[in-house]
Amino acid sequence: MRNTFIVARRELGGYFATPVAVVFIVIFLALQGVLTFNLGNFFDRNQADLAPFFNFVPWVFLLLVPAITMRLWAEERRLGTIELLLTLPITQGEAVVGKFLAAWAFCAIALALTFPFVLTVNFLGQPDNGVIATGYLGALLVAGAFLSIGSALSAATKNQVIAFVLAVAVCFLFAVASYPLVTDFLSKTVPTLAEVARRLSVAERFQGFTRGVISLRDLIYFASFIGFWLYLNTVIVEHRKAD
Amino acid sequence: MPSDSRAPLIEIEGLTKRFGAFTAVDNVSFTVARGEVLGFLGPNGAGKSTTMRMLAGFVTPTSGTARICGHDVQTDSVAARRTLGFLPEGAPTYPEMTVEAFLAFVAAIRGYGGKEAARRIARAIDLTTLAGVRMQPVETLSKGFKRRVGLAQALLHDPPVLVLDEPTDGLDPNQKHEVRALIQQMAPEKAIVISTHILEEVGAICTRAIIIARGTVLADETPAELEKRHPSGRLDDVFRAITQPAPKAA
Repeated sequence: MRNTFIVARRELGGYFATPVAVVFIVIFLALQGVLTFNLGNFFDRNQADLAPFFNFVPWVFLLLVPAITMRLWAEERRLGTIELLLTLPITQGEAVVGKFLAAWAFCAIALALTFPFVLTVNFLGQPDNGVIATGYLGALLVAGAFLSIGSALSAATKNQVIAFVLAVAVCFLFAVASYPLVTDFLSKTVPTLAEVARRLSVAERFQGFTRGVISLRDLIYFASFIGFWLYLNTVIVEHRKAD
Repeated sequence: MPSDSRAPLIEIEGLTKRFGAFTAVDNVSFTVARGEVLGFLGPNGAGKSTTMRMLAGFVTPTSGTARICGHDVQTDSVAARRTLGFLPEGAPTYPEMTVEAFLAFVAAIRGYGGKEAARRIARAIDLTTLAGVRMQPVETLSKGFKRRVGLAQALLHDPPVLVLDEPTDGLDPNQKHEVRALIQQMAPEKAIVISTHILEEVGAICTRAIIIARGTVLADETPAELEKRHPSGRLDDVFRAITQPAPKAA
């Protein structure tokens, strides 16, 4: 546990020692701003809520989260520092969880910096701040789900571009699994899979949070989703570390 | 077993590593006791680094095992690595970190905090003469300095076992001399394995040398005994004779 936090602290420090942190946060805030205010018709809707903001969060994460995770393990393998890290007296699980937590904390910082949206909507009307809070919790969980996918795939390759593209593709699959595009196709061909796809969809699970509902099922879903991918991450690291 | 001071600190038994059909390390066995400095020699691709990586628990052996201070590197991996100072091939370090921050990270992982960590970092920096660059990011340092940062990291916890993959590679003659002096100074209370391509180094600091080629141990004796194997008495000639059998067979 202690080692996990030491690894996480080093990793998080690494983001801020390079331009990665600033570029990511600026682009994230700019994208969220443009999408919420322009595409999302924040003002024309005349409603004091952050629904347009939260509608776009999974899609922005879909693009930006793999940009954070692509370097997590691929970079360690390219630089050879993985040999240093994994020959220190820590377990591979501690290293995997530590790196994941650093990336997650970084996403939390980026999300926290969207506080002007909350101030704006509170200034303009009387929003239900409880719903906004659950929306943020949901957004953080979506980030965690995508991060766990990206982290595992980053361990599978030395090439950051491949890690990025793979992560976007797999995250996209889990994001759109509940969309008619997928479910219609599946219900015509393999009906049983359509229901499975809907239940596995990250976007579908996120919907509840944006309506102010925190259900135990959704929390268990995200916990097991992240747990599964981090376990896979550990297996991949074990298998590929010395290649 | 770890308390028995006479037991070898490094024990390698039948270590084998295959990558597909290629056998990188083939049934290698040896032990290293306290006070020994073992020179690990061999052509490129002979299996030196792979053996050292298996010893450090980074590469999983296909068969056989190794113990450090009595701890099996596979079943008791974290305990084994606590007693080991390892310098990986190429001395990798995190490029964006300063020398001091990097050593602080390693100290934290090794379980040192506060004054104890500061004392150990200062000592490691002093031993490897890094004081002038302690606040510089590692990526701005020359090759020789990077190598010494890797060395400082391996020495930080004053481990009983040191495994150093090419510790003097990329150092200038003065730095090489300093590192050799450092290894000799530490030798009496540690078991040390170094790999090197510089054969004069073996005569200068090693109490024993192992020559490995194509994954197999071809010689395991003192440098003086090795030198007697060739009429010229030069390690270079011995090395060539052993690692490339009959190059110009008539």
